[in-house]
Amino acid sequence: MYRYSDFDEAFVRERVAQFRAQVERRVDGSLTEDEFKPLRLMNGLYLQLHAYMLRVAIPYGTLNSGQMRQLAMIAERWDKGYGHFTTRQNVQFNWPRLTDTPDILDALADVEMHAIQTSGNTIRNVTADHFAGAAADEIADPRPVAELIRQWSTDHPEFQFLPRKFKIAVTGSPNDRAVTRAHDIGLRMIRNDAGDAGFEVIVGGGLGRTPMIGKVIREFLPRADLLPYLEAIVSVYNALGRRDNKYKARIKITVAETGLDEFQARVDARFAQLRPQFGGADQDMLARIEGYFAPPAFRSAPLGRYETAREADPAFRSWTDTNIAPHKAEGYAIVTVSLKVHGATPGDATSGQMRALADLAERFGHDELRISHEQNVILPHVHESDLPEVHSILGTHGLATANVGLISDIIACPGMDYCTLATARSIPIAQEIAQRFDELKLEHGVGELKIKISGCINACGHHHVGHIGILGLDRAGVENYQITLGGDGTETAAIGERAGPGFSAEEIVPAIERLVHAYLDLRCGRKESFLQTYRRLGIGPFKAALYPERVNANAA
Amino acid sequence: MTRRRHSPKVVTGSSLLEGDTVWLTADDRWTRNMSEAELLEDEAVAEDRLLFAISQTDIVVGAYLANAASSRNGPVPVHVRETLRTKGPTNYVHGKQQQEQPVALAGYFEGV
Repeated sequence: MYRYSDFDEAFVRERVAQFRAQVERRVDGSLTEDEFKPLRLMNGLYLQLHAYMLRVAIPYGTLNSGQMRQLAMIAERWDKGYGHFTTRQNVQFNWPRLTDTPDILDALADVEMHAIQTSGNTIRNVTADHFAGAAADEIADPRPVAELIRQWSTDHPEFQFLPRKFKIAVTGSPNDRAVTRAHDIGLRMIRNDAGDAGFEVIVGGGLGRTPMIGKVIREFLPRADLLPYLEAIVSVYNALGRRDNKYKARIKITVAETGLDEFQARVDARFAQLRPQFGGADQDMLARIEGYFAPPAFRSAPLGRYETAREADPAFRSWTDTNIAPHKAEGYAIVTVSLKVHGATPGDATSGQMRALADLAERFGHDELRISHEQNVILPHVHESDLPEVHSILGTHGLATANVGLISDIIACPGMDYCTLATARSIPIAQEIAQRFDELKLEHGVGELKIKISGCINACGHHHVGHIGILGLDRAGVENYQITLGGDGTETAAIGERAGPGFSAEEIVPAIERLVHAYLDLRCGRKESFLQTYRRLGIGPFKAALYPERVNANAA
Repeated sequence: MTRRRHSPKVVTGSSLLEGDTVWLTADDRWTRNMSEAELLEDEAVAEDRLLFAISQTDIVVGAYLANAASSRNGPVPVHVRETLRTKGPTNYVHGKQQQEQPVALAGYFEGV
C-alpha cells in the first residue's frame, strides 16, 4: 500500500502543528468560535450532540495492521475504547476532548493517517471498492488511481471552498461495490474495444434531500486524461454551483438545472484549456504509486482443512457461505468480517477487536485490511487453508457473525444518538431488526436483503439505495420512520420508492417483518432475491403487506 | 397587540473543552445537569438570557433556546433530542448517564 513521501510527512505534521496552535488560541480566547469552527472542520473535528467527534480518513478504505492498532490505541487512550466505521470508509471517534485532538492527530500522523478534508466544502475522502486488489471480477485495482486523486485533491488551492462537499468513488470491477452512481463523480475502470484502459465517468449522483442516480458524462476517458478531466468537472461546478441555497448546492442540482449536454459542453471546453497543462507529471506519479500497490506474494498451498472443516462444522460452513467472496488468486478468499453482531451497533469495533483484526491481517492476510461502506472490515487476502483458524480466532472476539449481505447486515448512520443533524435515531432500529430476525431464525432463509437506515434526510445511511430503506424523521417531536422499497446501490442502481405513511418507533420492526413475510410468500423459489421479486411485481403487494388496514378498508 | 404564546425555554449549549451538554442557571453558572437550569417563561427574558449565553464564548459553544417543561425536579426536556442530550446515547451507557446509575436501555425514557 501507499507509503508517505517526505513531502507527505512534512505536510501532515505541519498541519497538526498549525491545528495545535489554533486549539490553543481558541482555548485562550484569541479565536472566537466563528473563527475557529472552519479550522476545526478542516481537520475533521465536529461538535456533536454530547461531545466532539473526530472523523479520520481511511483513504479508499485501506489500512495496514499498524494503522489499525493505532486506531485501537487512540480509542482506548483518548476515547471510550471503540471506533465507529462509517459509510464513507472513515472511522469516527465520538468522545474526544478538544485539547486532546492535536495529540490524536499526531498519533495518526505517526502511522501516515490524518483527518484532513473529512469535512467542509471540499473534495472528501476518495472511496473505492472494498475488494480492490483482490476481487476475482476486477479489471484493475482502483486504489492507485484513488491515491492519485487524493494527492491531487488534498489542499487543492482552487477547490477548498466549493459550493458544497464533493465525493468521488472509484471501482475497478463491473460489479459496482462502491456505489459509484450515487457520488458527485463516479469512476468505473473499463477497457474500450481496442483494449485500452480508461474510465466511464459518471457525474451528478447523490442521495440526500434530492436523490439522483448519476449520469454518464463520458463513456470512455483515457487514463492519462483523468486528472485534467476531473479538474474540469470540479472547476465548472465551482463556477456554476449554487451558493445561495445549501439544499441546491450539490453538483447533482447543478447538472440537473444546467442540463447534462450544456454541462458537458462546458466541461469539454474547460478540459481543452486544462489538458495541455498536465504535461505527464501526473502519469509519472501514478506509475510510482502503482508500485506501492503491487499484489502481495500469494502462496501456492494445498487447501488443507478447508473442505473438511466445512463438512464438520456447520457454523464455519454458514460463515463461509455468507462472509467469503471469490479472490482473483488461486486458493485465496476475501473475508468480510461482520461488524453487525445481532443487537450491536452497526460499524462499531472495540479496541480489542481492532487489535485482533490487526493480528489476523498480519498473520494470515498479507498485512492488509479494508473498511467497506457497508461498515464491515475486510481481510482481502486469506488463503483458504487458513480460513478455519481465522474463523475460530474471530469467534473469540465476537467477530464471527455469519450475516454478510443478509437482513441483519444493516447500514445505519449514527442518527440522533450522536448526530446534531439527525431527526430520529437509527442505531436502535438496526439493533431491533437484527435481533428480531435472529430470534425468528429467518435471515438465512430470506437470503440477500439490504436494509439501510438514515436518521435524517441527508441519507448518510444510504437509505435510498437499500432494498428496504428506512428514513427517520421528526413528527412534532416524535420519531417517525418512512420506508422506501426497491433501492439498489450496485451497477443496476435505483432509488427506492416511498411506500407510504411512516411508522412509529414501535411499529417499524413489525412493519419490516410484514414486508419480509410478504416477500417469502411472493418469491419464485429461494433463488429469487427480495429485489428481484420487487422488480418483478412492483410495489403493490408490498404496500398491501405494509398497510393491511387500508386493504381491508378498501374491501369493506 | 397580543403577545405570541411562548413555551418555556432553557438556554443550552456545549462546553468548549469537552463538548458536553450544559445549561444556563439563574445565577449565571453553566450546569451539566438540566434540572438546575433556569426555566424561562417570558420570551423577552429568554432572548436576553440567550444573548448573555452567546457572549460567553470562552465557556460555551452553540448556545440556543430549547423547549422545556417544569417538573418537581426542575426543568425537563420536551423533545426526544433534548432528552438524549440530558442523558447520552441509547446504544451505550456513555455520556451523562455514565456518571449516574447505570440505566438499562429498556428504561431509558422512563421518568423523563
